[in-house]
Amino acid sequence: MSEQNATQESMHIDPYERNWIRISIILLIVFAAAVTIAGFALGFQVPSPEERVDPNNLTGPWENPGLRELSPGVYDLYIIGNATTWQFEPREVEVPVGSTVSFYVTSTDIQHGFKLQDTNINMQIVPGQVSKLTYTFDEVGTYDYICTEYCGVGHAAMFGSLTVVEK
Amino acid sequence: MATREDSGKGTLTTYEVTKSDKRFIGAHILVAVIALSIGSLFGPLQAFQFSGVDLYPYLQPVFKSYYQGLTIHGVLNALVWTTFFITGFFTLTTIWGFKRGLRYPTLNRVGFWTMVVGLVMAAVPILLDEASVLYTFYPPLQANWAFYAGLTLVVVGSWIEGYGFFFTYRAWRKDNPDTRTPFIAFGGLATMAMWQFATLGIAVEILTMLLPWSLGLIEGTDPQLARTYFWFTGHPLVYFWLLPAYVSWYGMLPKQAGGKLFSDSLARLAFWLFILLSVPLGFHHQFVDPGVPAGWKYIHAVLTYSVFFPSMLTAFTVIASLERAARNRGGKGLIGWVRALPWNNGSVTAQLLAGILFMFGGIGGLTNASYNVNLVVHNTTWVPGHFHLTVATAVTLSFMGISYWLVPWITGKPLWKPRWAVIQAWTWFIGMLIFSNAMHVLGLLGAPRRTPLGVAPYVPEEWSGHLLRVGLGGAILFVSAVMFVWIVAKTAWQRERLPVGAEVEIPVAESMQDPQLTPRWLDRWVPWIVGTILLILVAYGPQLVDQIANIDLGSGQAPTIRPW
Repeated sequence: MSEQNATQESMHIDPYERNWIRISIILLIVFAAAVTIAGFALGFQVPSPEERVDPNNLTGPWENPGLRELSPGVYDLYIIGNATTWQFEPREVEVPVGSTVSFYVTSTDIQHGFKLQDTNINMQIVPGQVSKLTYTFDEVGTYDYICTEYCGVGHAAMFGSLTVVEK
Repeated sequence: MATREDSGKGTLTTYEVTKSDKRFIGAHILVAVIALSIGSLFGPLQAFQFSGVDLYPYLQPVFKSYYQGLTIHGVLNALVWTTFFITGFFTLTTIWGFKRGLRYPTLNRVGFWTMVVGLVMAAVPILLDEASVLYTFYPPLQANWAFYAGLTLVVVGSWIEGYGFFFTYRAWRKDNPDTRTPFIAFGGLATMAMWQFATLGIAVEILTMLLPWSLGLIEGTDPQLARTYFWFTGHPLVYFWLLPAYVSWYGMLPKQAGGKLFSDSLARLAFWLFILLSVPLGFHHQFVDPGVPAGWKYIHAVLTYSVFFPSMLTAFTVIASLERAARNRGGKGLIGWVRALPWNNGSVTAQLLAGILFMFGGIGGLTNASYNVNLVVHNTTWVPGHFHLTVATAVTLSFMGISYWLVPWITGKPLWKPRWAVIQAWTWFIGMLIFSNAMHVLGLLGAPRRTPLGVAPYVPEEWSGHLLRVGLGGAILFVSAVMFVWIVAKTAWQRERLPVGAEVEIPVAESMQDPQLTPRWLDRWVPWIVGTILLILVAYGPQLVDQIANIDLGSGQAPTIRPW
């Protein structure tokens, strides 16, 4: 770490710093590899575009939100967020343990958040868009879904619960 | 300006900053500190609310809600305090780096006053509760049009100030074709160049959607596209805050600590990489958005990892510079040298403590950027916990530290009770440790951000201890903020002046290697700027084209009843 006496243009990287750069790059590659494997080999995924809807005129399954059983233990769950009542519709849902539930969530007005506690279900709810993630419930219990985006004075009270019961 | 002597070949000659330039810089700092004073009044109100003491009912009817307070806190502290301090600080680094006045001083004054007018325009609707939309103002939450117009003017004013720096650089370059750009001036230019690209997103969002919509000229907005525009600006915004602190850490702090800049080349490389990489990674704020394909989110996640690299460079170079300084002062031992740093200097202490907390901020940031890991913490209190370590400590505490020499330099008066500056820095550090740790833990437990948790019905008993710590940390931070404002105000308003010959020096660190030996490609703008534009086109182009082609202005109409 002596003072440089060079007379020519040069990058002058100290040997310690060279090692630090190597370690930094390796570390970042390891992190990137970990999320890549988790995302694309183990299936820990983030939401992707599902469907566009008209928030002023929700049709089809949205006219009657709630649980739809597709086959034994496999469900679609449609949930609508609303910022005049500050509620999710439906507010309470019950599924048997072992169920795989696909959450489809949208908004009739402004943006909301949808976070199902103690799971990886965490979505931004944007009017005009449908947010979708899927989760399999292996443990009995009550899971609150709470609004995580500011949506007006009633925001702090906006939540619902999903109960996983014994078969 | 032709009458001003130039510094010649980059050697330090005496240069006097004119009184009017000092006053101009001082005006920036004054607005910044006023914004911080008001914004910081609301911080503890949020924090106390968490711990079950809601003071908002007592503020009726002047301030209507927690959310109005949160909007004021976010806009004033994160946007106004930073932007005014930064443009003022860079006016100094430009003038002092180049040892010449601004090329077009009037241009910079126009920029400054544009920002002031914008600030007032945005402040009025915020104070009237007509813009309680938080500092992200996601549509279809609709604020009064003056809020959007005011924000636009603040950004435009900052552009104009940036142009003023660029013209000054060009004039200096003409006279000094072969000299390496002085580092502190270069850092400011690089930041302002990045800022020009970064703010395009928010400019397009406001001018094509939010402003005409709030004026009733178009029926609605596309909320998803608005988010994409917003985060185009939203992430590089954090580098706009951070890079001025880096200018100080690289180019000034080593001098204050009694040492030199360890590596001029790598310091410059870091800044170029920030220009290149700051913008094309905004989707990492939108990992849970429904309207952005997972593949693009993944690409931006990887790009975000790459922008972590220049911060790793910074960590090494800054710590190496400080270690050499400390060893020169007789510091010994593997870690023990740290004690030999001038901890009795409030300006140094503030910046050292800012740097220490920033390490945790960086690690947390890496977590946020980690694609699927982000699902655990997205929109939870972890996130404000994180950015209170970055913008509210790495940046804010560093700016406080800079103020402890800058305000005496501007005013020609001694720092009022220098020991108090040291205590203030430590108070901020301790308050932030408590506050931020509690916020991170609550986030991991699932507590949502932007929520007055004191009244939320779903809060389990196990959160209560952490909620109390949020209040405690907030109280300590408030005391620290008051101390800062008090010290700075007393310094500026005291009668005592520094004697002639004992004026405050602007700390500028020499680098260990003559900057003239830094490779020329680290002082060339064109390749880096071209690279930046290309990378933005590759990383954002396809999604922008797709989202704009599928725009649906009907999907984001303003609610018929105002939701706050």
